[in-house]
Amino acid sequence: MFNNLQEFYSFLPMIIIAAGILVSVTVELFAKKSVVYLSWFSVLLFFVIGMFSLYNIESKSVILQNMVATGGYVNIFYALFNFTAMIVCLLSIEYLKKYDAPFGEYYILIQTSVLGMMLMAAAKDLFVIFLGLELMSVAFYVLAGINRKRGSAIEASLKYFLLGAFATGFIVYGIALIYGTAQTTSLDLIASKFIELSGNLLFISGVLLFLIGFSFKIAAFPFHMWVPDVYQGSPSTISALFSTGGKTAAFAAIIVSLFALFTSGASKIITPYLSVISVLSMFFGSIVALSQTNIKRMLAYSSISNAGYLIIGLAAGNTEGIAGVIFYLTAYTLMNLGAFGIVSIIESKEEKNLEISDYAGLSNNEPLLAGLLSIFMFSLAGIPPFAGFFGKYYIFMAAIKSEMTFLAILGVLSSVISVYFYLRIVVLMYFKKTDYNLEISKNNSGMLALFISVLLIIILGILPGSFLNIINSTL
Amino acid sequence: MENNFLLTYLIFIPLVGSLIILFVKNDKIPLIKNLGLFFSLVAFIISIVIYSQFDNHNSDFQFVHKFKWIEGINVFYFVGIDGISLLLILLTAFITPLTLISSWSNIEHKVKEFTFFMLLLETGMLGVFASLDLFLFYIFWEAMLIPMYFIIGIWGGKERIYAAIKFFLYTMLGSLLMLVAIIWLAVYAGKITGGFTTDFTELINIAPTIARDLQIWMFLAFALSFAIKVPLFPFHTWLPDAHVQAPTAGSVILAGVLLKMGTYGLLRFNLPLFPDATLIIAPYISVLAVIGIIYGALVAMVQTDMKKLVAYSSVSHLGFVVLGIFAITTESIQGAVIQMVNHGLSTGALFLLVGVVYERTHTREIADYGGIAKVVPFFSFALLFASLSSIGLPGLNGFVGEFLILLGSFKSGVLNSWWFTVFASSGVIFAAVYLLWMYQRVVFGELKNPKLEKLTDMNPREIFVMIPILIFIVWIGIYPSTFLNLSEKATKKVIYQVNNPVNILNNQSK
Repeated sequence: MFNNLQEFYSFLPMIIIAAGILVSVTVELFAKKSVVYLSWFSVLLFFVIGMFSLYNIESKSVILQNMVATGGYVNIFYALFNFTAMIVCLLSIEYLKKYDAPFGEYYILIQTSVLGMMLMAAAKDLFVIFLGLELMSVAFYVLAGINRKRGSAIEASLKYFLLGAFATGFIVYGIALIYGTAQTTSLDLIASKFIELSGNLLFISGVLLFLIGFSFKIAAFPFHMWVPDVYQGSPSTISALFSTGGKTAAFAAIIVSLFALFTSGASKIITPYLSVISVLSMFFGSIVALSQTNIKRMLAYSSISNAGYLIIGLAAGNTEGIAGVIFYLTAYTLMNLGAFGIVSIIESKEEKNLEISDYAGLSNNEPLLAGLLSIFMFSLAGIPPFAGFFGKYYIFMAAIKSEMTFLAILGVLSSVISVYFYLRIVVLMYFKKTDYNLEISKNNSGMLALFISVLLIIILGILPGSFLNIINSTL
Repeated sequence: MENNFLLTYLIFIPLVGSLIILFVKNDKIPLIKNLGLFFSLVAFIISIVIYSQFDNHNSDFQFVHKFKWIEGINVFYFVGIDGISLLLILLTAFITPLTLISSWSNIEHKVKEFTFFMLLLETGMLGVFASLDLFLFYIFWEAMLIPMYFIIGIWGGKERIYAAIKFFLYTMLGSLLMLVAIIWLAVYAGKITGGFTTDFTELINIAPTIARDLQIWMFLAFALSFAIKVPLFPFHTWLPDAHVQAPTAGSVILAGVLLKMGTYGLLRFNLPLFPDATLIIAPYISVLAVIGIIYGALVAMVQTDMKKLVAYSSVSHLGFVVLGIFAITTESIQGAVIQMVNHGLSTGALFLLVGVVYERTHTREIADYGGIAKVVPFFSFALLFASLSSIGLPGLNGFVGEFLILLGSFKSGVLNSWWFTVFASSGVIFAAVYLLWMYQRVVFGELKNPKLEKLTDMNPREIFVMIPILIFIVWIGIYPSTFLNLSEKATKKVIYQVNNPVNILNNQSK
């Protein structure tokens, strides 16, 4: 199975997490307070795998009969998924009590979904992508409805499942067409035949169907319909995972499957498709977010518009674009985890305090939370010196380098619109006076998660250089 | 080149101060105020040291501090100043402690946040004037919005939220297009010389080679951002709202320094980077500037609110500055630079004085006042002084700037028409009308409003704030050479750059 120890090492992250899942299932079976053990076990597990992946970033190899690649940017994605999941777990510890769903399997499902994400990022074969995607998605469907007693959660879960299955249908059909024309599912072989096959209508349809399927997963317009309802109905911590880990994994899958195209410059074939959905997503997300009153729905539309910025990086079709996408995904993950994290901390029992107007005067009672949320909002709005700004800068730079200045211009115009709704929250928290007091229970593990996010946002915003070098060295 | 850390200390001392204040307990208000004042005074002292070491005869950037900041995109932390930026840095470091003292008693709630944001703002403003890398410049330019937004939004008047958001969105729209232009320039530089760069001192040799049509687009992208900030007519509509709603300290900083960032940007970046476009567009922008001069003055004339009147007078006065910049003669640009300082002093003083009476009476309506000359003699004296300075009475600072601008624009070969000067001059007359008329209605006449009888004159703290400003108003009026000498070399260099754009392609072929 492995030719040498080196290969074994590079596959170790997946082995560890798979073993972790088995251990967790055993603990869940026999321990009474499994939810407490499993939460901290998961935090530790994700931390270890994340660090291990970062440490092993240099050792690139392709293993398991050309099915899985490791090392390089794949490991950056590994680390990103695991740190995302770690922060989500930290936020969940107190949240699950409020949400009335103290189940150990919650953490097992998160671990499973992370394994799926890692497979997607590591894939060298269309089937591995599919395997990872389904592993992740099935875990997600269950997580959305983890509290069986809540109608809204069940609705979100079902909606997610139906549209997810629909998207999977597109992807499978796309894979079938690609296999039919290219006679292989190996990504390397498909890439080498890409130019030759690009005249073949069936092949191109296959690629497009494949991309459309993933457009659902990254929440791009016009494949976004599930996003607001699912984000609103799911537990807040799980919405955080959907909007960060799920989106990152889908982008990782697009990047690995099209990577050869980006580096060879053959990506121009899919550029029109990407440009169109990127512009539509940015503007649709920003404009509709303006009129939202529920904070989770607002963040859902912001997620759609951010998918648009990220697609600009893909449409640019050069290595800068890919580096920009990876950087912005990291920044976006941190900002969104922070924003959803605060939502989950402020949310009270029975899903109260989720209206944007509930945040009025927050700076008086909870200056720390208000300050942190402001930083997350400014970063999402792309204002320096936070990480969100640099991510956008790099993506726009990639677009201008590949002579798509119009995408950068449309991108900044959409940013201006989005500033309004991000700042609306800051306005409410700081500029409105209210005598209504939110009751917020103590949540130390959640605060830890927020501090990690905010620290990284500031560091990545002021000193993006070293992380950028790591990304660039892997491309 | 040897790195000089003085500028870096100057820029980041207020930031350090603001972070320290963050860790002081909320209720230790005197400590917070003193810390804020201390750090802004340290910054002021450093700026004086920089001034004393500045070499008038050197047209290069001085006090340069440069190191690689973000390797992947070749961005440098690169600061340095010439005479133009020095004057504005001195102005910033001078005004900030004064505004902190002036808001000693009228900011009562959230003192900690206020001081924090004021110091943050100072770092942003100083950074804008010192940055020589466009990326760094942009970071300061944008980051500065956040504290100003909070200052207007938290401590402002009734319509503060509307004003704060309007201010933010307007500025953001302009600056994001500038961001695209900055990236485009850097990519262009990468194509010409093989190295992606946002270094201003390198771009200045590369950007003028851009084809004329594209240069015009680039010019407009930069100019829009700066014109909104100035604000140039017709982009001025955010200004009255922001000014009127902002607390006194906010208005003073806004008028004193923030608006100058726009005119500074035009002078520093637009002229030398896009010389061909500058020569083509200069007359059009000058027309807008002249319209702004007259429009601002006329609208100021009919205001019933003192603060609004001063706000519209800013539109008019900054029209002069823009006209001076785009007349592109030594006199006019020198006049524009000194007028930036003048406007900061005189309008700053006017806003402070309006704030003084507003704090006591809680009204800014001109009609509510009248006949207070006997009740508050020192206030009346100071208001007269500041108004005359703003009008441009010979012997005071405003005259020097406006005279040089009008002289320069009259001679200007770029504008090539004396109509600009004729119409602009009318602005001076209008200024006399609206300011003196306001003065007459507020200070002279009979004391009709019985509440005003109990009005107390300026207290020692307020006088202490006003005196240094008045000293500089007279100093610049009587002996402007102290200040004009500082910026002369830099001004001549800009004019040379516009008229003799470097052609890197020719240089290479030689």
